[in-house]
Amino acid sequence: MTALTAGNLGPQRGAVRPIPLMRVTQVELRKMFDTRSGFWLIASIVITAVLATAGVILFAPNDELTYSTFIAAIRFPMAVILPMIAILAVTGEWTQRSGLTTFTLIPHRHRVIAAKAIASVTVGVVSVLLAFAIGALGNLLGTAVTGTALVWNVTLTECLYYVLGNVLSLLIGFMLGVLIRASAAAIAIYFVYWFVLPTIFGLLAASVTWFRDLQPWVDFQYAQSSLFTFEGAMTGEQWANIAVTGLIWLVVPLAVGLGFVTRAEVK
Amino acid sequence: MITVDAVTKNYGAFTAVDDVSFTAKTGRVTGFLGPNGAGKSTTMRVIVGLTRATSGTATVSGRRYVDLPNPGLEVGVLLDASAQHAGRTGREILTLAQQFMGLPRNRVEEMLEVVSLTPNEASRRVRDYSLGMRQRLGIATALIGDPEVLILDEPANGLDPAGIRWMRDLLRGYADRGGTVLLSSHLLHEIEVIADDIVMIGNGRIVSQGTKTDLLHAAGTVVRAEDLTTLQSAFEELGIAATTSGDCLRTDAAPALVGKVALQAGVALTELRVADSAGLEEMFLELTAASQRDGAPA
Repeated sequence: MTALTAGNLGPQRGAVRPIPLMRVTQVELRKMFDTRSGFWLIASIVITAVLATAGVILFAPNDELTYSTFIAAIRFPMAVILPMIAILAVTGEWTQRSGLTTFTLIPHRHRVIAAKAIASVTVGVVSVLLAFAIGALGNLLGTAVTGTALVWNVTLTECLYYVLGNVLSLLIGFMLGVLIRASAAAIAIYFVYWFVLPTIFGLLAASVTWFRDLQPWVDFQYAQSSLFTFEGAMTGEQWANIAVTGLIWLVVPLAVGLGFVTRAEVK
Repeated sequence: MITVDAVTKNYGAFTAVDDVSFTAKTGRVTGFLGPNGAGKSTTMRVIVGLTRATSGTATVSGRRYVDLPNPGLEVGVLLDASAQHAGRTGREILTLAQQFMGLPRNRVEEMLEVVSLTPNEASRRVRDYSLGMRQRLGIATALIGDPEVLILDEPANGLDPAGIRWMRDLLRGYADRGGTVLLSSHLLHEIEVIADDIVMIGNGRIVSQGTKTDLLHAAGTVVRAEDLTTLQSAFEELGIAATTSGDCLRTDAAPALVGKVALQAGVALTELRVADSAGLEEMFLELTAASQRDGAPA
């Protein structure tokens, strides 16, 4: 009882300072790693990146053993795992009910959500940097093993596009987490978002003529594909495609979700 | 101090909390008593801002909870000990609270000691905790910021008798040092042994509130005698309401008056006392009869 017998409680305490967002972010970052499932989910980025790299070395034709092939291969697991990390960072507060504690310690819920967004994007960016490193090692190893020429065919600008594209995928997951606040449903809807919707848009574009010109302005994944083509600087129109589709599929639903989060009852 | 002022919470047509007002005073333990589903938890969630009241306000130390800059340092809250990520260890959960509040690192081990969780137990994941261990962890989380106000929802659930005794002493000492404690329970005995003030709630409405002493007095007098029938008719002649249940008689009259009536009637008493536990319990059942799931046995 040592801690409780020290002096009286009460107003002699100095002025209480507000909790800085930086501190909330650090704790939220810690929460992404401090469970076995959280840790392994993040570790799986490295694991799948290594597997994808190994796959390229084993199965890609020799003339395609270039840096862009490696990081394009790593993109596939990233597009699945990064959004899941962001989804679980948000939905855990509801599905695991830890929000009861989190939102009593930080009653301004938008600060918790902002901290989670910063922490998730940080994890996303660091993951992509790791992917670059793993892809580079794969490129060195692959060309050495096969005796082909070493090709670094990705510019710094294209690298930045790649980072942005992955962060956008992660933010889609984040948005779904905020909007739905239930782990399983949010993950399921992400797969619809990422695999079913583009397929429908693709079929539509193939069969309906007038939709073909509209697709870059409606299909978020189609609009983003220019971030991953490694074909030099993007045009203004391509950026506009990303901005418009991002507004429809990311910003608006996120705003709706934030409205729910701040008003919904935490039980 | 916690002030709840005319708080109402509707869920569609259902009114979970209906115009509830009470004050939990500094230096006192206020027991929030009511059957399951009476609105205790909803009221507590409204106080800490997890649920928005349909109307009315709640303040802690004169401020709305959401306006507290670092709430953990001013209000310790335990609403549901099981509401934790099952995959975190007890120590980790406490560490997260310590870091959110910006407290020194050694507070974690200190608090584990306060609530008697061994280092070994603290390293286990919460999914492997018993309810009693979760309650202890929850109390540690509530106390770690050394707050002036404690809000605890059913904190004794799952604690063994020694644990309940420990918590009673802890909360008593806490209130004696100037803290404010609001704790809820659906068990009358728990509230009775620990609380200074009692707020009784049933069906979302406050049915009775006051100091424990006052409420105990309101519970009347219990008397046993060899000749209960004569005693009861003596009361009836004087127009004092008295009911016989089993081998004892209960009345709202004060013990002194009951003694005089018995003396006049020439009835030898075998017991005369203020109705305590049993009386309050009867009142509790009576007052909350409308909201009881199981009707009191006739």
